[in-house]
Amino acid sequence: MTLAADMTVPWLRLIRPGDWLVILAAASAVGVSFPLLWQGGQGERAIIRQEGRVFLEVALDKARTIPVPGPLGTTVIEIAAGRARVASDPGPRQYCVRQGWLSRAGEIAICAPNRVSLAIGGGQSPYDSLNY
Amino acid sequence: MTPSITELEVGADDVRIARLAAAAVGLSLIDAAIPMPLPGVKPGLANIVTLVVLARYGWGAAAWVSGLRVVAGGLLLGQFLAPGFFLSLAGAVMSLAFLALARWLPGRLFGPVSWSLLASFAHMAGQLALARAWLIPHDGVFRLVPVLALAALIFGIINGLVACRLLLDFPLGKES
Repeated sequence: MTLAADMTVPWLRLIRPGDWLVILAAASAVGVSFPLLWQGGQGERAIIRQEGRVFLEVALDKARTIPVPGPLGTTVIEIAAGRARVASDPGPRQYCVRQGWLSRAGEIAICAPNRVSLAIGGGQSPYDSLNY
Repeated sequence: MTPSITELEVGADDVRIARLAAAAVGLSLIDAAIPMPLPGVKPGLANIVTLVVLARYGWGAAAWVSGLRVVAGGLLLGQFLAPGFFLSLAGAVMSLAFLALARWLPGRLFGPVSWSLLASFAHMAGQLALARAWLIPHDGVFRLVPVLALAALIFGIINGLVACRLLLDFPLGKES
């Protein structure tokens, strides 16, 4: 076997049949792991407070709407798979409604006039709170 | 000068291991000099030497070369006993454990590319486990898994192919 002769062996020929299996398994492991990049900090439950006290704490796994009474009227919280939002609020500026869906641990929507807040809690919250 | 009391017998095997470990140390210095976009992503060129040694001289020699490379590389890079050294050690120990298992794979079907991939993923897993347990005790480190795994896949295949080529191009006894 001379050096010159070996250099003619193409790179692909160096990969044996079983190697392809290992490459395939490794590549699919990489593929499967990719959603992890975006899953971090996923919220697990919604914590609804009224007048600073916990009104209700619910898991984010099933869809439901929760009316929360306040001094101005009723704030409606909507829970859907993995996320929650303030669907309607009697407050004048509607900041908490316009915030839209919350899904990451630490996110919070505050309807100050009606004294209602919706916070997302997770297994390990990366932040104390997230506000926009 | 007082003559030394202990007399070390240096055999041919010792010389060979030292020579190969020196090659591995050289490659890990080159490794450290290559700029990478993310900390923790490295080509791991020194593992090419480990793979060649494993194929030629068995697991024991590969473990020696790998261990010497980690210690000497750590000393030369100023990382000895610093966190980087322990990460490197954890990676090397896990890779060697998986290479010990990889040797049982039938050689006709599985070659150095398979070994290299097993070792690179084991290396990543070992480092992540240590980082999670000691350096960054937060599950957030696992969000790096996709990026690190992709690097392990790419460099695992490349290093395996280079090891194959070296084994082909330099038949037994000519590696020096």
